[in-house]
Amino acid sequence: MIWDWHFAGSILPDLLRGLVVTVEATLLGYAVALGLGLVWAILRRSPSRIVGQVVRWVVEFIRSTPLLVQLFFLFFALPATGLTLSALVTGVLGLGLHYSAYTSEVYRAGIADVPVGQWEAATALNLPRRRVWAGVVLPQAVRKVIPTLANYLIAMFKDSPLLLAITVPEMLHSAYAVGAKSLRFLEPMTIVGVLFVIVSVLSSFLLRRLEFRYGNN
Amino acid sequence: MSDVLSSYPLLLRGAWVTIQLTLYGSALALVMAFVFGLIATARSAWLRALGRIYVEFFRGTATLVLMYWFFYALPLVGARFAPMFAAVLALGLNVGAYGAEVVRGAVKAVPKAQYEATVALNMRPGQRLRRVLLPQAIALMLPPFGNLLIELMKGSAVVSLISIADLMLRAQQLRQSTGQTTAVFLVILVMYFVIAQVLQLFVRYLERRADIMLGRRPGRSARSPLDTRLGAAK
Repeated sequence: MIWDWHFAGSILPDLLRGLVVTVEATLLGYAVALGLGLVWAILRRSPSRIVGQVVRWVVEFIRSTPLLVQLFFLFFALPATGLTLSALVTGVLGLGLHYSAYTSEVYRAGIADVPVGQWEAATALNLPRRRVWAGVVLPQAVRKVIPTLANYLIAMFKDSPLLLAITVPEMLHSAYAVGAKSLRFLEPMTIVGVLFVIVSVLSSFLLRRLEFRYGNN
Repeated sequence: MSDVLSSYPLLLRGAWVTIQLTLYGSALALVMAFVFGLIATARSAWLRALGRIYVEFFRGTATLVLMYWFFYALPLVGARFAPMFAAVLALGLNVGAYGAEVVRGAVKAVPKAQYEATVALNMRPGQRLRRVLLPQAIALMLPPFGNLLIELMKGSAVVSLISIADLMLRAQQLRQSTGQTTAVFLVILVMYFVIAQVLQLFVRYLERRADIMLGRRPGRSARSPLDTRLGAAK
């Protein structure tokens, strides 16, 4: 069996539609990861030791178990509790939850990097806790870790094919469907691989620009 | 829950497959990481370009896509792999690309004076690497390698999608036979967590060994009684 350009061209629209779903799921999941990760990071700084430790182990647990298992867990266990979500929403939540464990570590490093003097100044000025975080600490902490956070966007993009396991019609899913119908797997699988490399390489160029902009200050 | 716990032999068999995949995958990844990481520090631009291509390609694709490609696409052009082999190949090549970046970074991070000293001492290139650069670089590589090892172990769950009977696939079977979805997945989540923690302990041990080897931390015999007490208190 050799490569058939005509066939490859005819399946491209299907695969690109899959790519749109993949990108959608990645971006939405990323938003969840950014928000939830920040929550974890702030909770770990909570004055209560118990809250801090519990959050630490929850994050450790999420981080050291496979995304695929977590996706299945959400997909099958949530309906059992009466909460029925579409496959895509479950996938977005799963991706976001998994990567929130990583982003929380990134935020934590950024927060730890804020000089102690800033905290002390905030206390001396008698700022309320909310303003200490929102006005003083986070703007400095987050700015520094933007390139690292962006790294996880690429990582998430590459984990998004796992969503096919819970029937989200993303790119690899479309490729498999096309292959199963025509019994030609070579073209769809190769195109998907190439598309992944193209998007990843492009985004790592963008990432380098980000690093250049935010990295050295 | 009891149904799930009573079928533990099935889950243990799955866990063993997961551990095997992790071992073989990380062995392949380690070899790829060193070969392509060292190539990336070579003087020849051609070799460096080769290293770059490997890293960009295998870091750019998802493991699952790679695995599907080996498993579904390559047999059609005559290269047929056993599922286990395709899985190890995909995991090892993918994680190896990340590892190559770690190796390259670590070798570059060894102070330049060390390298200059090896040249001044008239060491051969092989000796420079083996005697001076690698021992110091390996201490730097171990923490990121530990993270990659856990990533590989977690990544191995996707092999269930090409029908290898690892922990994840066993869980699926158990789910279908008992219908206790939540319990099954909770149990295997905990099992994965335990495997990850054990791997982490192992890497911590290696890190300590590397530090002792480089004289950055006192060995057991060299430790004074005071140090031991402090260690115990910690």
